[in-house]
Order: sequence, then structure tokens, then C-alpha cells
Amino acid sequence: MQLARVVGTVVATQKHKAFEGAKLLLVQPVGLDDTPRGTALLAVDSVGAGVNEKVLIVMEGRAAGEALGQKGAPVDAAIIGIVDHVDVHE
Amino acid sequence: MQIAKVIGDVVTTIKDAKLSGITLLVLQPLDPDGNATGRTLVAVDAVGAGVGETVFFVRGKEASFPFHPIEVPTDAGIVGIVDHWDVER
Repeated sequence: MQLARVVGTVVATQKHKAFEGAKLLLVQPVGLDDTPRGTALLAVDSVGAGVNEKVLIVMEGRAAGEALGQKGAPVDAAIIGIVDHVDVHE
Repeated sequence: MQIAKVIGDVVTTIKDAKLSGITLLVLQPLDPDGNATGRTLVAVDAVGAGVGETVFFVRGKEASFPFHPIEVPTDAGIVGIVDHWDVER
């Protein structure tokens, strides 16, 4: 799993039926210090996240499909939590 | 998933039998600002997309799920056509 920041919303009318009713959000993976890491990606939202929130994402198909509540859904990323805070003890 | 622009198509005569009848399109992934990012790739099309359209695609074996029970040998697949997207920073 990875930390990410929600940066945008995506609207698509014509899509695979597995996405019907699903919310699609653009997320930018971030490091522990909140700096962007890698390229932004599209994730399905199963927890009601909104733009600018820090979230926890999975980037693996099976886990993302389970978050969507469907087996065999063609998804590879999902938001599975909204992060309140992260504490790092080094 | 990632947003991409369809910039071309691929025609193959000799191919895996499970790919027959399936459209192959060339994608240029886009960043949230709509700029090209990363290398282009070829993806199977599950939604009837065409050249010039903005789409989103899935990577990995999940790309073959729309064609179930045919196990299409692919690692990328278009699963939606993007109407519009909004970015707030």
C-alpha cells in the first residue's frame, strides 16, 4: 500500500460495466514527507475520499477488485482508506 | 489505472488466436495536466475507443478480464473513455 494525495476527479460515461457507480479519482503518490513520488494514477474510491485528502491506496488488481466489491473487475488501483495522520518513529 | 490519449492503432495478421477480433490501440499516457508522460504502449480495447480519444486503461492481467472467459494475452487494456477530468491543486 502507498500514501497518496487526491488531486482530481475523472468523469467517464462509456466504460466497462464494473465501473458503474464507482467514483474515479486522480491520485498522486507521496512520500512520508508529502513530496510527490512517481506519476499520478487513476484509482477507484471505495471509502468516500475527496480532493486534497491524503489517502491509502493499493496498486494491485486483486486487492483493488475486492475494494470495489467485485471479482474479475478490470481495475489495478483503489483507495482503501483516508489517512488521519502518519507517525514515523526513527 | 492511468489516463492516456489514443494516438494510433496496430494491425496484425499473424497473432495469438485469442487476440482475434480484438482492437489494439497505441496509447500515450498523460499526466494530470494533460501532458504526455512516460513511454507509449499498445493496449487491447474493451470499450470501443478510437484514435484521438482520451481514455483510461488498466495495467496487468486485469486487462484481460473484460474478455472473460477468453484469457487474452495482454498486459494493458482500455476500460473507459474519459469525458473530462478536473485537477485541483
